[in-house]
Amino acid sequence: MMDTSAIRGDFPILERRINGRRMAFLDSAASSQKPVQVLDAMVDIYRNSYANVHRGAYTLSQEATEAYEEARHKVAVFLNAACDEEIIFTRSATAAMNLFAYGWGLNTLKPGDRILTSVMEHHANIVPWHIIARHTGAELCYMELTDGFRLDMEGARERFDERVKVVAVTGMSNVLGTMPPVDELAGLAHGVGAVLLVDGAQLVPHAPVDVQTLGADFLGFSGHKMLGPTGIGVLWGRRALLESMEPAEGGGEMIRDVRLHESDWAEVPHKFEAGTPPFVEAIGLGAAVDYLSAIGMENVLEHDRELTGYALERLAEVPGLSVQGPADTVDRGGAISFDLPGIHAHDVATILDQEGVAVRAGHHCAKPLLRSLGLTASARASFYVYNVAEDVDALVDALGVARRIFGLDGA
Amino acid sequence: MALEDLYREVILDHYRSPRNRQALDRANAVADGNNPLCGDEVRIELLIEGGQVTAIGVTGHGCSISQASGSMMGDAVKGRTIETIRTLTGRFKGMMSIDGANDPGLDPNRPGAVLGDLESLQGVRKFPVRIKCANLPWTTLEEAIKRFVSTD
Repeated sequence: MMDTSAIRGDFPILERRINGRRMAFLDSAASSQKPVQVLDAMVDIYRNSYANVHRGAYTLSQEATEAYEEARHKVAVFLNAACDEEIIFTRSATAAMNLFAYGWGLNTLKPGDRILTSVMEHHANIVPWHIIARHTGAELCYMELTDGFRLDMEGARERFDERVKVVAVTGMSNVLGTMPPVDELAGLAHGVGAVLLVDGAQLVPHAPVDVQTLGADFLGFSGHKMLGPTGIGVLWGRRALLESMEPAEGGGEMIRDVRLHESDWAEVPHKFEAGTPPFVEAIGLGAAVDYLSAIGMENVLEHDRELTGYALERLAEVPGLSVQGPADTVDRGGAISFDLPGIHAHDVATILDQEGVAVRAGHHCAKPLLRSLGLTASARASFYVYNVAEDVDALVDALGVARRIFGLDGA
Repeated sequence: MALEDLYREVILDHYRSPRNRQALDRANAVADGNNPLCGDEVRIELLIEGGQVTAIGVTGHGCSISQASGSMMGDAVKGRTIETIRTLTGRFKGMMSIDGANDPGLDPNRPGAVLGDLESLQGVRKFPVRIKCANLPWTTLEEAIKRFVSTD
């Protein structure tokens, strides 16, 4: 079990009052807060061991390089990767998805090939494929959802044939919370000779992930949604695949030799890390990984699940409110999107903010999904290790205020 | 700040029962506007005859602020000349900006006093992220007027 009050003590920002109220921060799916351990790790480098990595033969540069590579090792252990070289640091999950799309997709896909994704993807797993499809002549195809907000596996199975070369799917929807069966998708993908990319932006922060059993060939995620800083993300890939993949960016640090008209790439992972990397951010992510590992990812998942179950129960008390996402907590993460007929999501978010409750409102960078649900915007509450039942109660109370202001309480 | 400043009854009334909410059979100036960040969408259709807006259609969807602003705007511009509408648009946007209070023609404490019902949107200024919601129909109106092709 988790000691939530000890955890909350590590997040000074949670003491803030918003508009005179206790803050209920319910937007971790967009970006999580950071514990002092992460902040301290970054400040320590800047104060004591800062110099560019992989360059100088002097003490500071060596210390920074060691700390950077140690962060890579921590992430590799966290994911149970086969080796540290399978961890490529990027600036974000978006950059990780783009690195794969450009590095692998641009050089592999041909006209007539198919890229298979789902309608519940974040724009970061759709728009790069629009670009790659345009460049290569490959076709982008979609798996649909059931009425219960799950991936329609029956329909999906029919999509798998030898034309499919890559399957790019989320591990946990940032809107619905839905966790599709990655293992089954991996079997289907590998059965037709396709590679599987999992968008782990929500999955990796909220659930135990072991890349030896996940089934994916590539996994992208960011640091800032898992207690780490902004500006750092990770692309994990199977080493053999990474070695055959082309770099998407050229520059310093990623080469073995440069001549006037050509150059040779460095070994993985450096082949994919052109320029000075965000190494202080990587070190911050390493500290975040330590923090999460100390809690235990099974406990993180269980905590999210308990809060999600409680929130689904309490939100059902709000007249008219509908949740876009699975109604139970099976294979479901702690992102709860909802619609309150008669009050637009922006108005909900503004009113909730006045009550100290921070939620996201909008299309959540998933316009195709919202359009398929017949919505242009929804509000979303999401949980993490520092959230407590009191946050859910504050949400439900604030929704009552919104209904009163908009004259929906029928009184 | 009080939510009552933002959600005035007149705003909620326009949100629930928007005026001029129909597509025009005949329009000679049309523009679509949207806020890509939040997804608010509005379409403005105008029939401009003899330098006057003789009909206006305001459709789309979005939050109470963008929709009420569009509804009130429709009432305010119908029957007015393009020249008057330009002045009105300037005043509305002035009311929504901090600079608006510096307009010598306006009461610095109540820059929206000349705008009738539209003054009720002045409270939006205290919620900076919502100002673009209030301005969206007006920016779209300006765009539609720019696209007007005179057939007179």
